[in-house]
This record gives sequence, C-alpha cells and structure tokens, in this order.
Amino acid sequence: MAGITKEYRTVKQVAGPLMLVEGVEGVTYGELADIKLQNGMVRRGRVLEINGDKAMVQVFEGTSGLSPQDVRVKFLAKGMELGVSIDMLGRVFDGFGRPTDDGPAIIPEKYLNVNGNPMNPFSRDYPNEFIQTGISTIDLLNTLVRGQKLPLFSGSGLPHSHLAAQIARQAKVLKTGEKFAVVFAAMGITFEESEFFVADFRRTGAIERSVLFINLADDPPIERIALPRMALTAAEYLAFEKDMHVLVILIDLTNYCEALREISAARREVPGRRGYPGYLYTDLSTLYERAGRIKGKTGSITQIPVLTMPEDDKTHPIPDLTGYITEGQIMIHRGLHTLGIYPPVDVLPSLSRLKDKGIGAGKTREDHADVMNQLYSAYARGKNAKELAVVLGESALSETDILFVKFADAFEDRFVRQGEDENRTIEESLRIGWELLAMLPKNELKRVRDAYLEKYYPKQ
Amino acid sequence: MNGDKGEVIKVSGPLVIARGLTGARMYEMVRVGEANLFGEIIEIKGDDYSIQVYEETEGIGPGQPVVRTKEPLSVELGPGLIRSIYDGVQRPLDTLAQDFGEYIVRGAERPALDRSSKWNFNPVAKIGDSVEPGDVLGTVQESNLVVHKIMVPPGRSGIVKKIGPVTGNVDSEVAVIEGPEGLFSVTMVQRWPVRDPRPVAKKLMPTDPMTTGQRVIDMFFPITKGGTACVPGPFGSGKTVVQHQLAKWADAEIVVYVGCGERGNEMTDVLMEFPHLKDPASGEPLMERTVLVANTSNMPVAAREASVFTGITIAEYFRDMGYSVALMADSTSRWAEAMREISGRLEEMPGEEGYPAYLGSRIASFYERAGNVICLGSEKRSAALSLIGAVSPPGGDLSEPVVQATLRVVKIFWGLDDKLAFSRHFPAINWLTSYSLYQNIVDKSADEHLDALWSTNRKRAMGMLQREAELEELVRLVGIDALPYDDRLLLQGAKIIREDFLHQNAFDERDTYTSLKKQFMLLKMILHYYDEAKVAMTAGATLDSLLSLKVLDDIARAKLIPEDDPGQFAVLENRITETIRELTRK
Ligand SMILES: Nc1ncnc2c1ncn2[C@@H]1O[C@H](COP(=O)(O)OP(=O)(O)O)[C@@H](O)[C@H]1O
Ligand SMILES: [Mg+2]
Repeated sequence: MAGITKEYRTVKQVAGPLMLVEGVEGVTYGELADIKLQNGMVRRGRVLEINGDKAMVQVFEGTSGLSPQDVRVKFLAKGMELGVSIDMLGRVFDGFGRPTDDGPAIIPEKYLNVNGNPMNPFSRDYPNEFIQTGISTIDLLNTLVRGQKLPLFSGSGLPHSHLAAQIARQAKVLKTGEKFAVVFAAMGITFEESEFFVADFRRTGAIERSVLFINLADDPPIERIALPRMALTAAEYLAFEKDMHVLVILIDLTNYCEALREISAARREVPGRRGYPGYLYTDLSTLYERAGRIKGKTGSITQIPVLTMPEDDKTHPIPDLTGYITEGQIMIHRGLHTLGIYPPVDVLPSLSRLKDKGIGAGKTREDHADVMNQLYSAYARGKNAKELAVVLGESALSETDILFVKFADAFEDRFVRQGEDENRTIEESLRIGWELLAMLPKNELKRVRDAYLEKYYPKQ
Repeated sequence: MNGDKGEVIKVSGPLVIARGLTGARMYEMVRVGEANLFGEIIEIKGDDYSIQVYEETEGIGPGQPVVRTKEPLSVELGPGLIRSIYDGVQRPLDTLAQDFGEYIVRGAERPALDRSSKWNFNPVAKIGDSVEPGDVLGTVQESNLVVHKIMVPPGRSGIVKKIGPVTGNVDSEVAVIEGPEGLFSVTMVQRWPVRDPRPVAKKLMPTDPMTTGQRVIDMFFPITKGGTACVPGPFGSGKTVVQHQLAKWADAEIVVYVGCGERGNEMTDVLMEFPHLKDPASGEPLMERTVLVANTSNMPVAAREASVFTGITIAEYFRDMGYSVALMADSTSRWAEAMREISGRLEEMPGEEGYPAYLGSRIASFYERAGNVICLGSEKRSAALSLIGAVSPPGGDLSEPVVQATLRVVKIFWGLDDKLAFSRHFPAINWLTSYSLYQNIVDKSADEHLDALWSTNRKRAMGMLQREAELEELVRLVGIDALPYDDRLLLQGAKIIREDFLHQNAFDERDTYTSLKKQFMLLKMILHYYDEAKVAMTAGATLDSLLSLKVLDDIARAKLIPEDDPGQFAVLENRITETIRELTRK
C-alpha cells in the first residue's frame, strides 16, 4: 500500500495530547504513527478516530514543542506491539517497551499486539491455589490465590509501596519447583518510589526474574496509557508461553486514569462522574481481566494493582470502578498508619472474593475459615463497642463488650502489626489468631466449630 | 443504486459510520471491513449509517467495505441451547475455545447450535392437523431435564402435510405445513430478532411464588413466577452471590444466566460448579436446565449491549414452550453503560450523568418482557418468565439514574448494604429498606398450602426487627442499661432472627438452601423461644439467665438441621420449653 511509506505534512490542529492530520489515505483505527519533529526527534502516536481523510492522533509523548507546519507524520499500518523474549527478564523498559538500562537490545522472539484479546471465559481455570504472602491480614483474612487480581486501595503518603514490595518479596505457594517472575509496571510514580522497588528487587535477587516497565512522574503522561498494556503483554507471554507464575504489580492506577481523563477532555467527550470518561470501567477491565489462569496451561498471572484514593475516598470513580472489577481489595488505613501500625490494613472493608476456594484442609488448614470468620466478627464487635464507649463512656459497656474492646486492640497490635521483613507462615498467623481468640470466653466463639475449638483453642 | 454494499467513512472505537447502504434498515446486521466484523445499524441519518460493531475495530478504516445481511440481529433457537455458553451475540464460547484457542480472536465464528449434534424428533401433531403459531409439532429430549418443544413459529399457520419421526441435526426438516402462502418447511431451528419480544396470547398477573431457598428472600421479600426484581448494591455487597444462589436454587424449570460486563472468573465459577450441583427438585445436575450468556467486562462493549437481549430472547423461547423460566442479568448497570458509551460516540444529546435520554424506556421495555403468560398455541399453555437484575450503582449511591429507572419498573427491591457486608452478615439484604410488592400473593399461597401461621409469624418477626432498629437508636443515646427488660429481651429475639435466620452462608452446603417448610419451622422455633422467655420473665426469671441458656447454641445450629429430619425441630422446641420453665421453677 502506498499509504505505508507516505509522509503527511498536513497536521491541522493540535490540542492537548491530540493532533488532527488531514488528507490521509488508507489509515485505519488504532494504527500507530511516527511523528517526526523538525529537530529529527520522533514521537509515537496512535489513531483514536478516523473520519474520511481526517485522522485524530493521540501523541504519547505529548504535543509540547510541536508546530503543525514542521511535523511529518508517517502511519505504520500496524497497531501497538511489543517484541517479546525471555531475555526481557532482569531488564528495565519505558512505557513503549524500549530498554532504558544499559543492557543490549532485545532480539524479539515475536511481536504481540499489546491490546491482547479477551480471554474466553470458557477457557479460564478457576483460581484456587493459596499464595502465602507472609502477611497475616492477607493470608488468614483476605487470602490471595494464583490468578487473582487483588488491589491495594491506599492514600497518598501511606506505605502501600512497602506492602506491595513485601508481597512481591515473600509471595510463594506451598509447593516447590515452579518458575516465578515479577512484572513491575510503574505509572507516574516518583523516582524515589521507583528506586525503592528496584533496590528491593536487587537486594533480594528478585531482579533476575523481573521485568520492569517504568514511567516516572516527569515522563510523558500519555505514555502511561500504553505502559500497563506493554507490561501485561510481557506477563501473558511469560505465563502462558513460558509456563511461569507471574506476579504483576501495577502502580499507581490513579495516574493511569488521570491520563485517560486528559485524552477524554481533549476530545471533548461527554464526561462521566468527576470528569472521568464514561468508558473508564470498560477500559480498566481490559487491564484487570488479563489476570487469570488458563485450563491446560502451567503458568498464571496474579495482579496487585495499587492505587491512591483521592482524599481517601473509596467512592471516588477510580477505586469504585476498580473494586467492581477486581476480586476484592486490601484497604490501607490512614488511622492505623497514624497509630504506627504496619502494615496498616483495615480488614473490615477489605475482601478477597476468591479466598473460599483457596483455603481449608489440604490447602491451608481445616480451621482456617472458622478462625477467619471469628476474628472478623470479634474485631467488628470490638470496634463497635469502642465507638459506643466514645459516645457513652466506658461504663456503658457490658463486661463482655470490654473483653471485645481489649481483643480489638490486641488484634491490631499483634495480628495486624508485623515487621516489614517478618514473613509469617500460615500456621504462625493461625497461631496468633487463636491466641487472640483465647482472650474471649469459649461460648462467645460461635463461628468456630466445636471440634476445632477443642483441637486448637490454646490450653491455659 | 445498489445499496447492498457500502463503505466505511468513519471509525471511532466500536462505532463505525458507513455510506452507500441505501435501503438498509434500523437494527439490520452488516459485515464491516476487510476483517468481516459483525455489526448492527443503530442510527440512520441521511446516507450516514451508524453501526455498532461487536468486535474490536482496530485495523478498520475509511474505504473498507460494509456488506448488508438484510437480517436484524437474531438468535438461533432450537435444541442444543441448554448447557451452552454464548457471548453477547450468541457465539458459542465452548466451540470457539476448541477451534480458536483460549483467547477470543476477531472474526471467529461458529453456528450457535452445533450442526454435528443429532436429535430425535418425536412428532406430536399429525398429518391433516390444522396448526396455529405456538402449536407443538413434536418434541426433542434436549437434556435430562428439558423436553424441547418444536413449535409452529409466530406468524405461521396451516395444515400439516408431512410429519414423522426424524433423527438429525437442527436443520433437518421435521414437518411441512401448507399455509395461505403455500407450503413451508419446518426444521428444528428458528431465528428470532433479539430486540423484538416474542409474542404471547395473553399476559396475566403473577400468582405463584418462586421459591429460592434463600430465607431472607422467601420469608420477607418473596418473588413470584413471572415477577421482576432488582439487586442493587456497591461492590462486594453480594449481588453476584445472590444471583448465583437464585440460578442454583430457584424453582424455575429453565435458568438463563447473563453475565453482562462482569468478571470472567465468575462465569468460570458457574461453568465449573453447575455440572456438579444437583437441582433440589429433580436431583439432576443444574447445568441440565441452564443456558449461559457471558459477555465479560473486557469483551467488546457493543456485544455487551446486545447480551441482555440475546439472553431474554432465549428465555422467552423456553417460556413459549410452557416452562417457568428465570433470567438473571449481572449487571444491568454494565448494559446501561454500554448504551451510554455508544450513545456518546453517536454524539447524542446526553441525559442524566451522560446516559442517553432513552435509558428509562429501554430498561422498562426490558423488564416488560417478564411476566406470567398464556403462550401462543391452541393448548393455551401457561408459563412464566421472571427477571432478576443486579444493579451496580457508582459508589453505592442509589439516587443514580440506572437504579432509579429500574425501581420505577421492578416490583422487588433487594437492597444490599455494605455495612452488613463488612460485618459479614450475608446475604447483606437490608431488611429495613427492601421490599416486595408480591408479599400478599405469596402470603396467601403460603398460608393456604404451607401453614396458616406463615404470614402471622413473618409479620411478627419483621415487627421485631423494626423495633430493634428503633431501640438501637435509643441505646446509642442512653446506653443499654437504660432500657427496660422486656425491650432488652426483644433485642435478644431480634438478634436471633438476624443471626440464626436471616444470615445464610451460601458456601456452606448445609446452609446454602432451605426449603419453605424448614424456613417456617426455623422461624417458629425462634419465636417460640422468645414467647417462652417473655412468659418466664414475668414469672421471675432473670434476663441474664434467659440470655445465657445453653439451648441458644442449639437454636443457632438449627439452620443446619437436615431437610429430611424435620422431627428435630419439635424436639428442640420441647427442649426450649423445658429449659426455660426450669428457670422459673427454681
Ligand atoms: N450469602 C453469602 N454467604 C457467604 N458469603 C457471601 C454471601 N454473599 C456474599 N458473600 C461474600 O461477599 C463477597 C462479595 O460478593 P459478590 O456477590 O461478589 O459481591 P458483588 O457482586 O456485589 O460485588 C463474596 O466473595 C463472598 O465472600
Ligand atoms: Mg458482582
């Protein structure tokens, strides 16, 4: 086709991250473009809309310094692709999958379209394999399983990075001889935050089996739209073609969504809630739903997306729509953090939707579900009683309620709180759980079966 | 001018505009681009035909061809629907997986009904019979649970000229009918445009309860066969579990489950579980009565818009055979969002929160396809189609447009409450705000057929729960000690109703389903404790002694009493009487 090599100098409009090229021929929706600046630099673009001979192009590196008269645009007759290879392990890339470390060029085994295709629901295998993260609030109460997408809902200034790094460091299954990889996708985070992860991966040697895609706070924002797709394409390749169990950390989705909003505003689309585009849910699902397992394949993709909730508001569209897609959420709580508790996980609004299929005899331990339910309800009761005491004074509490208040405090102090390098086995988490339950009279433990009470309730 | 083939002018996401399709109609299917993608005409302005495309449009551009099919978006109806899993435009996902791999690739196409399956057609009509639309020509044993009726399609009638036993695939001719327009051949398959409701002879008011085995629903907010319900709630409040529970345990003969813009793993869950779960009525695997439509959130958004119509057309088809059918759609909000997305690309004037102005009427006409009916056909079969839609309001805010439009048309509101969910009270159906406008119908039926005390007990229990809420307000202000003892006993009674009756663990195989009979006995037993305790208190028993009875543990476990051992309830009631009277004897 003639269109492939043709260069257009017909940029007519530039607005925000978008530009309009006129008089084009043979251009298709979603096609990539090279945008040559006068100084010889090349930027990347993608066709967002094509109307007759007018193509609207989104410029990933932004349009700053771009002057319509001097720009030459070449359409590439293909969508966004990533060249994949097993040699990507241990390497660092930008949002387009271009190496940014000092390593050699990657010789791709093949090129994959980064938008991927939707996994056929019929081909999915249900995630049910327990991942031990060594963190009690997750393992015992919000169990993560292989192939799950379980985000951290956090706020600015909270230690979500530390928790995410700790999960990446400690996550393992109670089985040996399997191949692991970490795909790290950083979108718009600070240099320091990013370095924290990289240093942590180096320190533990995890870097050897990691692929890092990094777009920092001062990198082009629109590139953040491409980045998670690059990362997930690499993850799919490693998981389903190279049989690896891949943990993908996506941080920070809030920056990703902001980039989407920027495009939407530039296109003058009818905005949905709080200015975010109406298709934000659909767009996010095309990232999150790339987690999973496939029948007949060894590998898996487990996702830990991290997002900071604007104003700690869970009903903000970003956490809200995320929660509607992911299989639960881990809530990081400012109050607990202020109390000096790490990891400050608020277990009551946290949830792992897939926990039920990953726990119990043969997977973790027979009493797991009962202990989990009991800890939840006892902690909820203790917190309620505490609130009541705030209004009415301690004296308004019954003797049992006072026990529950003590339980709630001890729970935060001994169960929730743990060291950043403290890697608890599931047995240890269960043991602490039982020790705490022993603060309460046996007849209050209605969610635990008698047989387990007999077997596990600590003997005084 | 030949309008059979036009060309693409514009592409914006799932929306393509084409020209040169003169004569094409609204909702006609077309083939778009070199990749031959499926699309549907959804707006015509002059020579501009707006097409929503059911597959990813990357690589489509101006000048590429658009070809008319001259048929509206339709589904295939015939034996083979049961046990299937389809995408939003009825592509068979199991066959696609087999032939194209684990990912859904563009342009992948297979017939909805597998042509390699052979069916045995047993004639019911005879040569010379005069038949009208809806008349049963013969039957096919489709699954262990479903006898599939091959009916005269709507709009057709005449004299049967040829009919006999046939073994073959769905395309096999099973009868020839001579109608006013001459002879026509009937096969085991018919096509129906999804956006048109299938006709019925008559619509009736719902009369029969549809039991679900879910205590809070059957007892307090019941649904009828042919009824409509919505389940709104923020994420994690239990919408999907409620829908799955209904799909599993509702006493419908056919279940159509539409996963509309939700999680892939939830469909996998159904696919893995249903073949192993047994229908409580027949003992057969649940899959034997189930059809799945799965257009998950990451699948093309236009096909998501179509998915609820595909689902309901299949449901109507089984209803037309005389079955009681239930359709669950999880979630109708995603369907509404798909409409919003397409509407935005059409640059239509947005209504509230960017939703199209016709949102309300689309939702209403969807729920109107439910009902209790007399089917077409001389037999005058009665049948029902119940609709249950989950709604996912942003931030759990019930004032948003989709919830509001839905509440205007459905008769049941099962409001899920995230506070209940956080305290792990499931199902998190808020008993103070939820309602069912079918309550009277179901009360009447249960009083008559189950126990004359059904509605009396229900009202008493609900009264206690409402009183509890008032008292709790008080307690928050003045503390529990300020309450008189009989109020504190009532709090105890209400707590037992909440924890030991309303609370129901979907994942415990003994608790997941409770028959109406057992529900009645369970509630009766709880009220019995409360009545006895009240009497005992006036006779001098202390509140503390009544709150710390050992028998309370047995009450808590009573929900696990096996269905086939109802005698245990009588024993337990006696024990309650005994132990409480013991207190006053001392
Ligand atoms: N009846 C129930 N019994 C036990 N757990 C439940 C029940 N309903 C909901 N849950 C719990 O709540 C979680 C979220 O429920 P789900 O139906 O997926 O919520 P939603 O669809 O509203 O987001 C489930 O994964 C499960 O852990
Ligand atoms: Mg759900």
